[in-house]
Amino acid sequence: MKPVCIVNDNIITSLGFTTAENIAAIKNGTIGIRTVDDPDLYPSPVQLSLIETDQLFSKFAEVLQHYKKVSPAASFTRLEKMFIISIYDALKGQPMIAGNPRTLLVISTTKGNINLLENRHRTTFSHKRLYLWELGRMIQTFFGFVNTPLIISNACISGVVALMTASRFLQSGAYDHAVVAGGDIASEFVISGFQSFQALSPAPCKPFDLNRTGLSLGEGCGTMVLTAIPEKNEEPCITIAGAATSNDANHISGPSRTGQELSNAINEAMKQASLDPAAIDYISTHGTATLFNDEMESKAIELCSLLEVPVNSFKGYWGHTLGAAGLIESIAAISSLKDNILYRSAGFETLGVQAPLNVISAIRKDQINICLKTASGFGGCNAAIIFQKD
Amino acid sequence: MADAMLPLYFRKINMDLLITSYCHLHDNKVIVNDRLFFYQENILKFADFIKSVYKQENVNYPKFYKMDPISKVGFLAAELVLKQTTIEGYHPEKVGVVLSNSSSSLDTDIAHNETIKNRSSYFPSPSVFVYTLPNIVIGEICIKNKIKGENVFLISETFNGKLLCDYVNELFINERVEACLCGWVEVMGNNCNALMVLVEHAGRKQNEGVPGFKFLPFNAENLNLIITLN
Repeated sequence: MKPVCIVNDNIITSLGFTTAENIAAIKNGTIGIRTVDDPDLYPSPVQLSLIETDQLFSKFAEVLQHYKKVSPAASFTRLEKMFIISIYDALKGQPMIAGNPRTLLVISTTKGNINLLENRHRTTFSHKRLYLWELGRMIQTFFGFVNTPLIISNACISGVVALMTASRFLQSGAYDHAVVAGGDIASEFVISGFQSFQALSPAPCKPFDLNRTGLSLGEGCGTMVLTAIPEKNEEPCITIAGAATSNDANHISGPSRTGQELSNAINEAMKQASLDPAAIDYISTHGTATLFNDEMESKAIELCSLLEVPVNSFKGYWGHTLGAAGLIESIAAISSLKDNILYRSAGFETLGVQAPLNVISAIRKDQINICLKTASGFGGCNAAIIFQKD
Repeated sequence: MADAMLPLYFRKINMDLLITSYCHLHDNKVIVNDRLFFYQENILKFADFIKSVYKQENVNYPKFYKMDPISKVGFLAAELVLKQTTIEGYHPEKVGVVLSNSSSSLDTDIAHNETIKNRSSYFPSPSVFVYTLPNIVIGEICIKNKIKGENVFLISETFNGKLLCDYVNELFINERVEACLCGWVEVMGNNCNALMVLVEHAGRKQNEGVPGFKFLPFNAENLNLIITLN
């Protein structure tokens, strides 16, 4: 089977506008989640990880200038700006990929431009912009992608599903390159919904910790550029070795009690990659810091005989970024593969799940060749993907 | 040469996938495997239409009433597709669900947004919010039918049979599924259009078909035909 190589990537969160900026902040232990008192986002103060708006605007102005676009910045929504900056950065060095007819653009988002439902945005943007395919079309048109983007909206596993889908279409020979981008904004729509579930933590979230009380929401965007025809002079490539999804068939808003179905997805991903549990060096978990998610995930990891493997969750740094999560957490995990560094699971102090997970409590050097990324979401969906260093 | 040893591209040609059962709900009409299952003139409201179909289908599933419109449509379409066949012979992990639509969960998003529009009457509800994701309908179908395999929700402006076929073909080629529900579930206000098909491998299908319905090759042309002709 053709290996699918990761060519380049980008992460945009509260911690920065490039992968390097984000990883440097994580290295320093910077937490991007803070108390936000903004009535446009929620009636009372709430913990959020927000992208810095002034910087977002100045970065976007740079991109407009680079492409010599005449359309004003105000004609793009916040989320569209995030996507465009992220893809622009990830395509640096290989901008020709966008116009290549053998390139597939995959967009992952849970809610798209959902803030346009709010009264204050209604006059600025047309109702059509609420449709996710229109979001895709805005991005496609901006960069001149030839093919209609493939849009995946599958709750919190969207980002991992997008990577999996792109890698399958590259392996089958349907396309040569893929640009996979995922993003979601913070909105009153989503904050109020999670608050009604009483799922939000009053302090920055603490994945797998004894005192965890829920998740923190964040906004983010990430892009990964993949290729099935790597250039020979490229540095040793990191590949997508296997991936799978599964469904709990149990409950639409609560995870499985046993973790069996997530473990099925992990086992299937390992099978596709022809790897034993012993080969996995590191797991970047979903780790939302809700009681039930973290418990379920620990059980799945136990079922897969992966309890000894070091694990972390990046959500303690930048919160739960929904449609971006699978992408930006995969990119962060890949940086661990590249640099042979394991990052501390922010917010973790005392183990608070039944299965004795090996949670990374301090940053350390370690030889990392193969990493597993997991994700789970509403609707009972689970996903697992494996990245491998040559 | 053993099939598994062929490169993927050649294996694809050997794929022999069939639509072994289908259901199309549209314009107050429900067609199941070429036969009219339900039709009633002058139903103006989606809620009345879907309740009538539920009653005629005679499935006792109280959770149905809690579902949002997309889940109701997708759930009933899956019930009707699976009524005339069986997927019990497949391992739950080898059955997939691949659905798509145009408006994601916008119909229910508007309902959730109504609950947070006014600060004086602010009452967001978890039972509405949970349905503000398009893939919840997949969860509902999986719960009812004990389906645990690959699942994905795709968005396209209009029905895209080729996209569905490409995606489902990859699942079969990669041996991720042995059977797969796939289709389109679109609801906006009182307008609904849903197509659900069961895809099985010709050599492994679980039933010999229902009288009067001939299995169709699984391809974009046939999906487009079903959704436009009925």
